[in-house]
Amino acid sequence: MVKSTKNNKYSILLPTYNEVENLPIIIWMIVKYMDQSNYNYEIIIIDDGSPDGTLDAAKQLQSIYGDSKIILKPREKKLGLGTAYIHGMKHATGNFILIMDADLSHHPKFIPEFIKLQEANNYDVVSGTRYLGNGGVSGWDFKRKLISRGANFLTQLLLRPGASDLTGSFRLYKKDVLQKLIESCVSKGYVFQMEMIVRARQMKYTIGEVPITFVDRVYGESKLGGSEIVQFSLALLHLFATT
Amino acid sequence: MTKLMEWLSVLSVLISVWISCFTNRYKFEILDQYKEFILYLPFILIALFGLYAVAVVLYRVFTFNNCVEAAAEVQKQIIEAKEDLAKKGFVFKTS
Ligand SMILES: Nc1nc2c(ncn2[C@@H]2O[C@H](COP(=O)(O)OP(=O)(O)OP(=O)(O)O)[C@@H](O)[C@H]2O)c(=O)[nH]1
Ligand SMILES: [Mg+2]
Repeated sequence: MVKSTKNNKYSILLPTYNEVENLPIIIWMIVKYMDQSNYNYEIIIIDDGSPDGTLDAAKQLQSIYGDSKIILKPREKKLGLGTAYIHGMKHATGNFILIMDADLSHHPKFIPEFIKLQEANNYDVVSGTRYLGNGGVSGWDFKRKLISRGANFLTQLLLRPGASDLTGSFRLYKKDVLQKLIESCVSKGYVFQMEMIVRARQMKYTIGEVPITFVDRVYGESKLGGSEIVQFSLALLHLFATT
Repeated sequence: MTKLMEWLSVLSVLISVWISCFTNRYKFEILDQYKEFILYLPFILIALFGLYAVAVVLYRVFTFNNCVEAAAEVQKQIIEAKEDLAKKGFVFKTS
C-alpha cells in the first residue's frame, strides 16, 4: 500500500444511538472511500447504550476491519451528541477530526473532497453545505424546505457567520481547533453545531465549504420536532447577543 | 463588538438622522419639500426589505436541489454493502 506523502491522520467520530441497521453500511462506505484514496484514518464509534444492539454490530465490524481501524468507545447511557464528540475526541489519535452522522444522511464519498479542499487551502475547518452549488436535500417537502431556508436567511442576516450551512454536522476540523471550539461552546444538543461554526468565525479560524447532498434517514426514527425550532431560536438570540 | 451591539449602533445612528430631519434645527429646502416622504421612509424601507426577504427565501426554496440521484445511489450501495459484509462474515440482526 502506498502511504500518503503527508503524515495526516483522520479520526472519524461516529456517534450512534439506535443505528443497528445503518452502522454496518456507513462503516462499509467509509472504508471503501478512505481506502480508495489511501488516507490514514481510524473510525471511533461512540455508542450510548443503544437498546437495539448497535454495539454488537460495532463489535462485529471491529473484528472484520481490525481494531486499529475501528475503535469502540461506548458509554453507559444516552448522554447527548455534544459530549459524545468530546468523549470520542479524547481517544482520537489523528491530527484531524471528521464528524458525521451515522444514519446515512451524510455520504462518505464527500470525505475525500473535504480533505482535498483542506489540503489545498490549509483550512482550519471544512464544512459540508446543503445550500451551495450541487448541494441539496432529498426527501424534504415544501414546509421543511421553507423552514430550513427561512431559518438560514434569518441567521445569515443576524450573524453573518461566513459559512452557509450552520446546523449541518458533516465537518472536518484540525484537532486542536476543534478542541478550542468545544471548550468555548456552551450550547447542547442540536444547536451545538451552529455555535461551533459561529465561534470558529469569531475566533478567526478559516472555513472552507463543500457542497453535500443530505439524504433523509432510511432506517430508524427521526427525532426532528417542534422543540428544535424553539431551541434554534433561542440559540440564534444567544449568539446574536454574545458573538 | 457583538452582533447585537453592531445592529443597535447602526440603528441608533439611522434613527437619530431621521429624527433630526423633523426638529427644524437644520434648514434645508429639500427637507421641507419632502417632509412627508421622509416621515414614511423608514416604513417604506422596512416593507421593501420584507418583500426582498420573502422573494429570496421563496426563490431558494424552489431552487433547493432535490437530490434524487443521491438517494438512489445510497439505496444501491446499501445492497452492495450488505452483500459484501455478509461475505466477510457479518451477521445482520434479524428483526
Ligand atoms: N452517542 C450518541 N449519539 C447520538 C445521540 N443522539 C443522536 N446520536 C447520533 O447522532 C447522529 C445524528 O442524530 P440524528 O438522530 O440523525 O439527528 P438529526 O439528523 O438531527 O435528525 P434525524 O436524522 O431526522 O433523526 C446519528 O448518528 C445518531 O445516531 C446521543 O445521545 N448519543
Ligand atoms: Mg440524521
